[in-house]
Parts: sequence; C-alpha cells; structure tokens
Amino acid sequence: MPTSPSSMINQYKFEDESELRDLFITVDDPESHITAIETFITYRVVTKTSRSEFDSSEYEVRRRYQDFLWLKSKLEEAHPTLIIPPLPEKFIMKGMVERFSEEFIETRRKALHKFLNRIADHPTLTFNEDFKIFLTAQAWELSSHKKQGPGLLSRMGQTVRAVASSVRGGVKNRPEMFTEVNDYMETFSQKINVLDKIAHRIYKEEREYFNEMKEYGPIHTLWSASEEDIADSLKGVASCIDKCCKATEKRMAGLSENLLPIIHEYVLYSEILMGVLKRRDQIQGELDSKVDALANKKAEKDLITEEIGKLEDKVECANNALKADWDRWKQNMQYDMRSAFTNVAENNLRYYEEAHNLTRNHSC
Amino acid sequence: MLHKSLFSSSKKMEDCLSKKIEITVSEAEKRTGRNAMNMQETYTAYLIETRAVESQNEGQCSPVDSLWRRYSEFELLRNYLLVIYPHIVVPPLPEKRADFVWHKLSADNMDPDFVERRRIGLENFLLRVASHPVLCQDNIFYSFLTQEGGWKEMVNETGFQLKADSRLKALNATFRVKNPDKRFTELKHYSDELQSVISHLLRVRARVADRLYGVYKVHGNYGRVFSEWSAIEKEMGDGLQSAGHHMDVYAASIDDILEEEEHYADQLKEYLFYAEALRAVCRKHELMQYDLEMAAQDLTSKKQQCEELATGTVRTFSLKGMTSKLFGQETPEQREAKIKVLEEQIQEGEEQLKSKNLEGRDFVKSAWADIERFKEQKNHDLKEALISYAVMQISMCKKGIQVWTNAKECFSKM
Repeated sequence: MPTSPSSMINQYKFEDESELRDLFITVDDPESHITAIETFITYRVVTKTSRSEFDSSEYEVRRRYQDFLWLKSKLEEAHPTLIIPPLPEKFIMKGMVERFSEEFIETRRKALHKFLNRIADHPTLTFNEDFKIFLTAQAWELSSHKKQGPGLLSRMGQTVRAVASSVRGGVKNRPEMFTEVNDYMETFSQKINVLDKIAHRIYKEEREYFNEMKEYGPIHTLWSASEEDIADSLKGVASCIDKCCKATEKRMAGLSENLLPIIHEYVLYSEILMGVLKRRDQIQGELDSKVDALANKKAEKDLITEEIGKLEDKVECANNALKADWDRWKQNMQYDMRSAFTNVAENNLRYYEEAHNLTRNHSC
Repeated sequence: MLHKSLFSSSKKMEDCLSKKIEITVSEAEKRTGRNAMNMQETYTAYLIETRAVESQNEGQCSPVDSLWRRYSEFELLRNYLLVIYPHIVVPPLPEKRADFVWHKLSADNMDPDFVERRRIGLENFLLRVASHPVLCQDNIFYSFLTQEGGWKEMVNETGFQLKADSRLKALNATFRVKNPDKRFTELKHYSDELQSVISHLLRVRARVADRLYGVYKVHGNYGRVFSEWSAIEKEMGDGLQSAGHHMDVYAASIDDILEEEEHYADQLKEYLFYAEALRAVCRKHELMQYDLEMAAQDLTSKKQQCEELATGTVRTFSLKGMTSKLFGQETPEQREAKIKVLEEQIQEGEEQLKSKNLEGRDFVKSAWADIERFKEQKNHDLKEALISYAVMQISMCKKGIQVWTNAKECFSKM
C-alpha cells in the first residue's frame, strides 16, 4: 500500500487525458432478475485493456449493486486515506421515483459507469487487486473471493479500536493543512448541497414550463379555424411556439444529463471526504495514544517505541497519500464544475439562439 | 403608444372627432367619498385631457381642457351608447376586475399596476369611440369629454334607460325565430367561438407566464451560493462570482419581459370583450326579427277573427266562439262594434308592421356596414398584436443570448 509521493505525482491523470488510458470500462444493459426471495438488477460491465497484468484484453461480466458496494468497501479498507469515488445511493426517497423505474435505473447505471471509470483513472486505485477481480471474475469466482479476506468480526474490531482512539486524539496533533481541508470541506459541503437543490428546482420549473407550452401552440391553430384573414398568421404563431417548445425540451434534457448528475456526485464526494479526514485522524489517534502510553508506562518501553516507529510511518504515508489525492481531487473538481456549468450555459445559449431564429423567420 | 398609431391609419375618418381633438387619460388618482347609501368608499378617478388638434398644426400651443371621471361614469356612457346605437359594435371597456392573472399580478383593483393598465384601457376606449364614424358624433359622448358637472343628469334626461330592451340582458332566454337571417346566425356563432378561444388562450398564457417567471427567478438563487462558494476557492473564485452576477441579471430580466407581455394580453382581452359587443348586435337583430314575426302573427290572427265575425263562420276553435254558441249569440250591434275595433287594430297593426319591416331593413343595412368596418379593424389589430408578440419574444431571446454568453465566459474561466 505505501507509495512515495513522488511516484504518485508522476501518475497524475486527468479525465480528459484519455490517450494515456489503457483500461476502458463501460456499464450498460440493465437486466432484471427475479428469484423466489428477491428481485434485483444486474448490469453488464465490459472491460477492454492492454495491460499485461490482465490475462485477456477483453472481459464481459454481470454485476449487481451489492457487488459495487463490496468493491467500494474493499478499496476503503485497503486505502483508508484515499478519496474513493462515490457510489449512487441505495434508494433515493426524495424524488418520487420508483425503485425499478426506467429513470432510476438509467441514473444509477450512469453513476456506476462513472464510479468504475473514476477508479480506473486513479493512479493508485487502478492497480488494486480487488478492482481487477471485480472487472474480470465470473459470478461464482467473485462470490468465493468475497468470502475470503478479513471477516466481519475483525472489521468490527477495527472500528471499535478506531472509535476509541478518535475520542482521545487525532484532532489534537492534526497538521495545519488538514484542518484547512476540513474547514474547506465543511463550507463546500454546505454549498454543494444547496446547489443540488437549486439545480433540481430549475429542472422542475423548466419541466412545468414545457408542459404548459405544449398546450399553448395548439390553441392558436384552433383559433385559425374560425378566421379567414388572420388564419395564416395564427397558424404561423402556432408552428413557431411548437418548435420553441421542442427547443426547451432539449434544454431541459441537457440539464438532467449533465449538471444534475455531476452536482449530485459532488454532494456524495463531500460526505466521502469528511470520512477520509476522519480516518486520517484515527490513524493519527492511534499514534498519539501509543505516545501517551509510552509517557505513562515505564516498562515495555522498547516494545512501545518500536510500535510508535511503525505508527509514525503509517501516519506519514497516510498523510502523504491524502495530500496527493486531495490535490488531485481539487483539480478534478475544478475541471468537472467548469465543464458542467459551461455546458449549462451552452445549452441555454443554443436554446435562445434557436428560439430567436425560429421567431424571426416566422414573423418575416 | 401602440393604440394611437392604429387610429391614424384608419380610413373613413375625415369627420371623426379623433382628428379634431387629442384625447388622453393622463392620470389616475385615489379618492374617497360617500356613495349613494352614504357609506364611505374608495375609488379611482381618471383625468381626461382634451386639446384641439388644428391649432397645434399652426405651431400654437392650444389649451388643455381636463376633467375627472370614474369607472362607473365610463360604464354609464357605454350603456347609453349600447341602447342608442344597437346596430353598432360598441367598443368595450377594460375589465372591471382583474381576470386571467398569473400569480405575481395582483387581482386587487387598487393595485397600481392594475390601475395603470386600466388607465391605458380607458384611454383606448375613448379613442375607439372618437374614431368611430357614427359614435363620435354623439353629443353625450362629447359632453363626457368636456363637461364635468351635470353630465350624469344629462344622460339620464335622455331617458335612454326606458328605451333599453331588458330582454337583451337576459342572455339565457331563447326566442324562437322562424326565419333567421343566416348571416347573423353565422356571426353569432363566430362571436361565441372567438370568445371561447380567446379566453382559453388567455388562461394558458397566464399559466405559461407563471412558469416562465419561476424558471427565471430560480436562477437568481445561484448568485448567492456562487458568491459564498467563491470565498473558499482560489482559482475558481472570480469565475464563480461574476457568473453569479449574470445569473442575478437573468433572474431580474423577467419582470420587464412579463410586464410588456401584459399589454399584449390586454390587446387580446379587448377583442374578447368586443366579441360580446358583436353578439349584442346579433341578439338585437334576433329580438327585432322575433318582434316582427310576433307582430305579423298577431295581425294575421286579428284579421282572421274579423273575418269570422263578419261572416259568422268559426273556422278555428276559440273559447269565445264556444261560449257564444253555448250561451247565445251576440247582438248584431255588439258584433258590429267588435268588428270596428278589430278593423282599427288591424289598420294600426299593418302600419306598425310596415314600420317594423322598414326598421328591420335599416337595422340590417347599418349593422352590416358596421360589422364590415369592425371585421377590417379586428383583422388589422390582431395581426399587429401577433407581430408585436413575436417582436417581444425576439427581444426576450436576444436578452437571453447576451446573459448566457456572458455567463459562459465566466464559467469557462473557473
């Protein structure tokens, strides 16, 4: 797990540098499975790669949401202070969307696709063994692999210890830098949540507007039926309104395809980042409590000193990993936000330009 | 202003009042007073200003006459015109109460925006009457514009209320006309359709306006969040901040856009109410036709009665005939007297029928002339209104293009 900061810097990859990619993943083809106990959806995961670690250059497997959850927890376990990309939520209550509605499945599919690609683009996570197994193993192979590894109990034990140590330390000796990150994330988290609400509200308003516009054009056509002299003018207005209506539908779709998913992803990211900072603090806390123990106990000094040495390494690695990943995350965030909002502006621009031309041509 | 330009282009207007005097409703003022039941009331008074046109052309500044009128006086004037000129499609007044409102507009009569739009509507009404070849020559109308005191009494002295046919107000009552004039039936049908389709259009327009308002205003929320977010960002800060400003501009722009659209809605409303005036003319014709047929029927039955009495034959069953059979005939003198009365009535009836027929033909001729005039005006006005609506939409799109071009530039700098 420990990697030096310098090697990580060399492996910086941004989403748009697809020429450097050697791993291509798609998530598609949702399928419903009905058993006696449950109904669930599987997605097809296709991987194309030129990497030598992979036995083949192409893989096709089917995975369900549970499998993605497993992968995420394995990655978190292996890299506690790296920023693991978010998974779509289990079940969204706020939107009036049914669990297996087409809209819900499609939104989830896109998010799962994003999830795997973000991992593939991550300089460290892309080489994770569980990730490779996830992409390549057949269903039964994956099940048996899942059963191996640290059991639930040992994981629980870790958590208990972590909680205990976090109560005592971690925050006290936290490097200045991470306090800054923490403060930043608190504000960012607030703002991104508000943005999420605003973006959804805009979508809703645009949809309501579209629904009313659909009715507006046809009335003019109806009116033209009782007129002679102005019938053509009225029909022209009707046609113009109908065309503008279609343009507004495009604008609406653009919002739902681009801005809404990105903002939502960063809402989830802000939760993840708070978790990563906590885990870093926990690791620090372990070290701090051992240092305190050294001060109190006169006996076992050598043993404790040795443990402290190991923990100091652990803390240094954790800090370095997080710092590098944090810088990378910020760069990606800036890129994602810039392109998402620019896209929104372009959609609106396109809409107004189209509406302008349509109306001008009609009134000539 | 839009309305005035329409009038200067109208054709048969050499004698019209609008060419001789300039009319404006320039101000509106809140007043309090006591009403007929001595209760305190608040109302709005409108200032009507008139100025002779001729002396303006000579470069002289002619004096402005002015007086105050309230809405109820306009209503009185219109009711008078309706009764005295039943063959004319009388221009409508702006609505009494705010209708077809979308949520931001107040439905309150005292709301300043409503009062302002009503002021324009009242001015439009006066200009319409002043440019009508027949109505503009009316004395009561002229006095309405020029004589502040005693006008109400003058109107009432004309006794027009007595001439009013109460049946015209009874919209639901049907009068079976045996030989309806096909043109008027078609016209009545058209006026119903026009009224229905314009109402529908105005209702949907109000809903569309409401939704459009929502879309624009919600973008205003971006401004504050972007500003707060920019505080924690080093590189993205400027782009976010300035983009937020443009979102505020976008959100604010809808107010003017929708206010302008309200004028378009008012233009449509005028024709919604014109449809009613059109139907009133058809109705009047229907009633005249009905009265004519009733009078003819009455005359025929009287002639029949006369004939029966004279010849002693009873062709049709009548209670009188039966009773006289049962209880004995009348004396020859009684019969003679009856015949004489009937003959007088018949003569009267024939004269009345003749004048009613003439009246009917005159009505049809002058009504149809005004209807043709109205049709031309309507087609012209509605075409212009639709064009001005398109112009408004184009302007809205231009504003949108500008704002989003600016926003895009800011976002790309994030």
